[in-house]
This record gives sequence, C-alpha cells and structure tokens, in this order.
Amino acid sequence: MIGFAARQKRAAHRASQRSTEESRLTKWTLITIALAFCFVFLLLPLANVFAQALTQGWRYYCKSLVEPDSLAAIRLTLTVAAISVPLNVLFGLAAAWAIAKFQFRGKTILITLIDLPFSVSPVVAGLMLVVLFGLQGFFGKWLDAHDFKIIFAVPGIVLATVFITFPFVARELIPVMQATGTEQEQAALTLGANGWQTFWYVTLPSVKWGLIYGIILCNARAMGEFGAVSVVSRHIAGQTETMPLRVQALYEGTTAASAAAAFALASLLATLALITLGIKTFLEWKQERAEKLIVGRVDS
Amino acid sequence: MSIELKQVTKKFGDNAVVNNVTFSVKEGELMALLGPSGGGKTTVLRMIAGLEMPTAGDVLIRGQRVNDLSVQQRNIGFVFQNYALFKNMTVFKNIAFGLKIKKWKRADIEGRITELLKLFGLEGLERRYPHQLSGGQRQRVAIARALAPKPSVLLLDEPFGAVDAKIRQELREWLVTLHHDLNVTTIFVTHDQEEALEVANRIVIFSRGVLEQVGTPREVYDQPANEFVARFIGAMNVLEPEVRGEVARIGELEFPAPGHADGEKLRIGFRPYAVQISSDLTQYRYHAVLRHTFFLGVLLRVEMELPSGLTIRARMTKEEYAHQGLEDGKEVSLQIRQYRVLAREAAALPPESELGYQPPPVLGENI
Repeated sequence: MIGFAARQKRAAHRASQRSTEESRLTKWTLITIALAFCFVFLLLPLANVFAQALTQGWRYYCKSLVEPDSLAAIRLTLTVAAISVPLNVLFGLAAAWAIAKFQFRGKTILITLIDLPFSVSPVVAGLMLVVLFGLQGFFGKWLDAHDFKIIFAVPGIVLATVFITFPFVARELIPVMQATGTEQEQAALTLGANGWQTFWYVTLPSVKWGLIYGIILCNARAMGEFGAVSVVSRHIAGQTETMPLRVQALYEGTTAASAAAAFALASLLATLALITLGIKTFLEWKQERAEKLIVGRVDS
Repeated sequence: MSIELKQVTKKFGDNAVVNNVTFSVKEGELMALLGPSGGGKTTVLRMIAGLEMPTAGDVLIRGQRVNDLSVQQRNIGFVFQNYALFKNMTVFKNIAFGLKIKKWKRADIEGRITELLKLFGLEGLERRYPHQLSGGQRQRVAIARALAPKPSVLLLDEPFGAVDAKIRQELREWLVTLHHDLNVTTIFVTHDQEEALEVANRIVIFSRGVLEQVGTPREVYDQPANEFVARFIGAMNVLEPEVRGEVARIGELEFPAPGHADGEKLRIGFRPYAVQISSDLTQYRYHAVLRHTFFLGVLLRVEMELPSGLTIRARMTKEEYAHQGLEDGKEVSLQIRQYRVLAREAAALPPESELGYQPPPVLGENI
C-alpha cells in the first residue's frame, strides 16, 4: 500500500525523472511485463468471475442476489462496514492527532501497535477474539451470565472487522498531520476559537483528502474481510454470514446453479471494489490537479 | 502600562528557558525582544500570548493579571513566524476568522475587512488562497488577520525572518508606518540587532533566558549595560591587554588604566567606527597594514594587521576609502578614539573613555 504522503512526493518527482529515463527497450520490456502480469493475474480472473456469474443467464443472476440468505449477507456486510468504518475514523483521527501533535512516552509503541493488524494474520486476529470473548474465553463466563453474545454473533464480526481495518485511517492521516504541524491550530486559538471550532474549521479541512482516502481503503477492506470474520462467525446462513462468507458457502455447494450464485455475489463484491478503486483514482487525480495548480501559480 | 512581566520564569524540565524576567511595555509602544537564538525571547512572547504558561511570576495586560486567562480570553493578536495562514481558506476568510468566532454581524465583518484590505494594500486579493500569494503579501494577510478583532496588543514572532532581504527592508519600514497609524501596542521578536535598532522604540535584550538590558536603541548602543550587550549590539574589537604602570598594553597598543594594578588582565572593547585611519603615516600614532576590505554597501569594513600581529577591524565610508587612496596591502596609520573596559559576564560597565589625539612618535628629527 502506498501512503497518501508518499504519493504526493511521487507526483512531485515525476517531472524531474524524465532526464534519468532508461533506454526505450528497457522501458517497453518493463511495461509489457507489468501489463501482462496484470492481465493474467488480475484482469482475467476478474472477468472470469463476471462470466461465471452469468452462465445461468441474467435472470438467475438477479434472482440469486435477492435470494433471502444472500440478501441477508449483503445487509450484514453493509451494516458491519457502517459500524466499523466510523469507529476507525474516530480512532484514526484521535491516534493521528496524538502522534502528530504531541510528544509523549510510548509514542513509538503506539505507532507500532497501529501497524499490528497489518502484520498479524487475520485468522490469528479472529482467534484472539475467540480466546477473549468465546465461551471458554477470558470474558466468556461473565458474558454468558449477562446473556451477551459476541462470538458467533454480529458484535464479534464487527470487532473482527474493526481490528483488521484499524490502521487504514490512522496510517493515512499521520503523515498529513505531521506535515501540517500545529501552527494553524495555535493561530486559531489566538483568534479566539475554542478546541472544537479549531478542529472543525482548521484541522479537519487540512486533512480532508487524506481522511477521505483512508475511509475508502478502510471501507473496501471492511466489506471484503474474510479470514478474521470467518473464525468468529460460525457461518449461520441468514444471520452471521457476510458477503465473502456467503460466497464461500455457495461455492462449496454441489450444484452448478449454486456455483453461479456464488459468482454472482462475488461479482457484486468485485463491483463494490471496482467502484472504490474508481473513487480512489478520481481523488488522486483531483489531488494531483490541485497540486499542479499550486505549482503553476507559484511559477507564474 | 500595557504589558508587564514580573519575575517571570519558564522552565522546561530542569532547564530555565526564561529566568526571572521583569520588564514593562507602555501603551502604544513598539518594542523589540532581541537576542541570539535560544535566548528565550520567543518563549516570553508566547507567555504574553498565553500559548505557554509561566512556571513562576506574573504576566499583566493593562493592569490585569492574565496568568489564569486562556489564549482566547486575552484579546491579543499573534503573528507566527511562518504566518500560519489557514491554507484551506481565502484571504477574506482568513481575515474574517477571528470576527466570525467573535460572532460579529455579517455587514460589520465585511466593513472591517474592506477597511483592512485597503490599509494593508491587499485589495483584489481577497479571493486568493495563501499559496497564491507572495511572501510579503502573506505576512500582511497574517498581520491583518491578527489585527481584525481589534486586539489590545499585537505580538509578532520573527516577523521578517521568512522573506528575502529586499522585501524585508520594505516590510520593516511598512511596520513602522503601520504602527504609527494604528498606535496599537506592538511587541516583536528578532535575532537581528540592526532590525531591532531600526524599527523599535525600545529594545529588551535577552541572552540564555536572562534579561540583559531594556532601553531605547540609542541607550543600548551608546550605554550597553554589560559586555554581552556591547558585543551583541553592533560589531566590536575586543582585546585583552595586561596592565603595567597604570597603562594596559597589548602589542604596540596602549590604553590608560588608572587604578588598575600591575599584572591585571583587562578586556578592552572599541567599535570599528571609533578607529580612525589615514594613508598619511605621520598623522596617527600606530601603524598597520591593510589586509582585507569587505564591501558592505555604503560602508566598508577593513581589517588591519599591526606589526605585532594584532588584528583590528574598522569601518569607513566608501568615499573616505577612495579619498585616502586605500587598498589591500597598503600601510596606514591609525588611532582609537573611544574604548571601553569590559567586565566579564553580566557585570555593569564603566563609561566609555575618550583618547585625545596622540601624535605619532617623531622619527628622524635631526635630518
């Protein structure tokens, strides 16, 4: 994953790279290899998903999407994303703010901890939750006594998703906030603004693009997560099945129709991913254009 | 009194960045806080603003103790070193920010901003964003933004640090005019002694967190309170002669030192402009060879080496240099008109001593 700040740098460097360009042969060889790779491993399978989804015809495609269990899975996935993304936006803002604007003991540890979900296998993440909240787990007895179900229920799925998508917003915001510094906030204070006004009028607008970008990545992962969610869900159709889990369940079904239904749902998931990718590219383009505008004006 | 600091100390950990500082600023004054980097002057400014809290001592604004007041309640205007303009807001919105926060009426805000844009020569730029402005324009927007809510004090942190030399000179003059027109009590921080001397009504000099002297530019230049001030304000030649027979001697130079015991080491300081040079070798008492000439504009700085190896710096106008027909390598005669016995560290200095004309020793009289 390339960070928001890194991309800004890359855009700035692009213009100066022309003089150090490789020979034409190297250039086209590399481009061909990259394109071929993308085609074989990314585009072809993706196209195949859509093709497979339509083997039983359009009508079956639509029908399999509105089938109750699949509909429930779509609903659950959207619910989980709707809960976990705002939570991680809040957390990401708080963590990035703390890291960028304050000096405190344990800062390095906090930065490392934020990255933890990237380095831990999602299955392990799911198991950690089971160990904590499962019936035999640390809080299991207490939760059971109070009739509170986390594992094999929606709260567990939300927790797993929050854990997995934890770093996205914070990771995008930290470099942006560090680059901005605290002077603008201090200026707002000297002009009479309180903490909330300073945050709303000064801090938030200055990190806007980084935040939006983080939210998009976070959302994409929240909808697509399989491993961690799979461990804590128990795959109860219509109840604890998210879209990725439903795809797997359908695919493991024996009939050709079932496989087509799996591909239909998968194609929907892929479409969501493609839309996300589209928005992301659009935002990058917009950001770069804004930067070019700045450069242009300073030069003139 | 507009602003008073009483025995103010600021510590970061065990390190006292500002140590027991007391001074006051009169209503309508233009005051400079001057000192080398790390002297604690910015911390003093930030304590007046309320961006830092003093560890000990009181800060008063218009007679009111403001230690417990937050930044927002102090009614100050603060201009940051890099201006800290809101990047996502236009010039208009930047200047309007403080007024909106204070819930001014829309019509009043527009009136005030039109007035400020005119005063600051920013008309037509109100829809631009900070990145579309030049350095000088940015600074003016920052000052306009700070002044918009009519603060009782304007505080500027290194206001001329971020612009190039030519614009800096214009901005200095502009700040003096602005202060004259608005007459708002203004304090600015600078490490540039020339800037402080030129712009301020009075100067507070700091070094390593300690207040060294408060005075008008003339006072701190002509009557420095101690060696630090003497050396920091303007250039100075410093020599360490030894006393013999009530005369301090080093190389061929002699300074009368009545009351000083034999063998005592003195520190003598004299300004480059107090050194007079002549290409006529018979005119002054000492002889030297001109080693280097530094071109400073209207003035030139020359470095001379005496036969004993001592190096002395002098300052003279370009015209005089040309008139005397001077050039590097030429032998000249010189005298020192005024000098001062320096005391180590922060001890008070005795007044400057005048040396009368001392004719050169007469050579070959019998020829």
